[in-house]
Amino acid sequence: MNSQAKIRKYIYSITVFFIALSGFAQMPVFKRYYIADIPGLSWLAQFYVTHIMHYIAAIVLITFVIYVLFDFIFKGRGLNTITRIGYFKIVILAGLVITGSLMVVKNLPSIYFNHNVIIVLDLVHLGFCMILLGAGLYSLIMKKKWVS
Amino acid sequence: MTSKISRRAFLKGSITAVGSVAATTSVARAAKSITKGKNEPLVTLLDISKCIGCEECVFACQEANAAKYPEPEKPFPKMYPPRVPVEDWSDKRDVTDRLTPYNWLFIQRASAIVNGEEIELTIPRRCMHCDNPPCVKLCPWGALKQEENGLSRIDSNICLGGSKCRKACPWKVPQRQTGVGLYLDLLPALAGNGAMYKCDRCYNKLEKGEVPACIEVCPEDVQTIGPRKEILKKAHALAKDMNGYIYGEHENGGTNTIYVSPIPFEQLNERIEKGKGKPHLNKVKNMMADGTNLAKAMIVAPIAGLAAAFGKFYLSSKEDKS
Repeated sequence: MNSQAKIRKYIYSITVFFIALSGFAQMPVFKRYYIADIPGLSWLAQFYVTHIMHYIAAIVLITFVIYVLFDFIFKGRGLNTITRIGYFKIVILAGLVITGSLMVVKNLPSIYFNHNVIIVLDLVHLGFCMILLGAGLYSLIMKKKWVS
Repeated sequence: MTSKISRRAFLKGSITAVGSVAATTSVARAAKSITKGKNEPLVTLLDISKCIGCEECVFACQEANAAKYPEPEKPFPKMYPPRVPVEDWSDKRDVTDRLTPYNWLFIQRASAIVNGEEIELTIPRRCMHCDNPPCVKLCPWGALKQEENGLSRIDSNICLGGSKCRKACPWKVPQRQTGVGLYLDLLPALAGNGAMYKCDRCYNKLEKGEVPACIEVCPEDVQTIGPRKEILKKAHALAKDMNGYIYGEHENGGTNTIYVSPIPFEQLNERIEKGKGKPHLNKVKNMMADGTNLAKAMIVAPIAGLAAAFGKFYLSSKEDKS
């Protein structure tokens, strides 16, 4: 792995870690289960802090994903170089970005989404997150790469 | 023979008789305003100087919303870890001096000096129905909804009782009842803790073109409901007339509940009893503003990603050429 690929891996891993952590913190579980009591982690129970952190991590993730996507296109590497797990994670990431973006729009003032749409968005976004983390763990254990 | 008349019955008899004629016409007027403001959020204006603290609105609210109140199953399931608090109001349904799952509106009292005379001001308190309600927007399950007429409400069939809405609410309005709701069918020991309850501005009455119960019953015509522009205009005119003050127009970025008082809200806030279920009257910054600003920044993110990739491609192709 060259240094550029290593940097990308670190940026992606750190961003996904923080976006998932702040995403799970949207549910009131960290206080209940004493995690927010651990010194240095009290912010996990502060909903406005985790909300902002989730947004910031989303900005970094979207910038990074678009950069990697267009870098891939500009380099002219064929689609056949993307592995099956790579394709799978791309679809899930796209789902996360789309559902997340819709939820950001939903949170703007004077925006009224249908109630059922909001519930579906919440659940699908959480579902995509769990799948991506599972796929990431699988890739890590099985040493599967995005591109061959 | 002696007969006992409760305070409520006495007030109901005397005040309602006096106010009924005026109330009927004002209710009709309000109902007309609701229909008129279909495409605009409805705002309620509360003239504190008119409120006599009779609690008619409180009891009307309880009567109108009784069917929505929680009927918890007892004994409550054991919840883990032990720090998870049981909040049970089911045996204290007659509490009216604070917000509870069975009391979505209460009267807050404050003594104040007006024109050199000490008077008691009474303030009906309930959900402010914010323009951009953090309770609705931050609920992780979508258990809360905001309607285009400006009201926000909790769907207690979906709510898991995590009370995030109460923590996010600048006035800590929603109240929890343990032992009721969807969590009982999921993992009652490990997740959830009942359901949250608060004023829903009688959404079901509004749907029928009727006014909320608290407005309908008020013998003193304390509340007015109507389209935002119309009500804000009225609120400012009223404040100008009484040389008074406005609360709720800019709090938390704007709410659909506007109070007008003859004395400053800073003073009222010092004199009211505050605490759990008893909201303050402090100035409140727009809690969702940071998120809204970051959302705007999010639009730049894909452009920045594309620009970085293009920049890299441009530099490398330039290097290749040289």
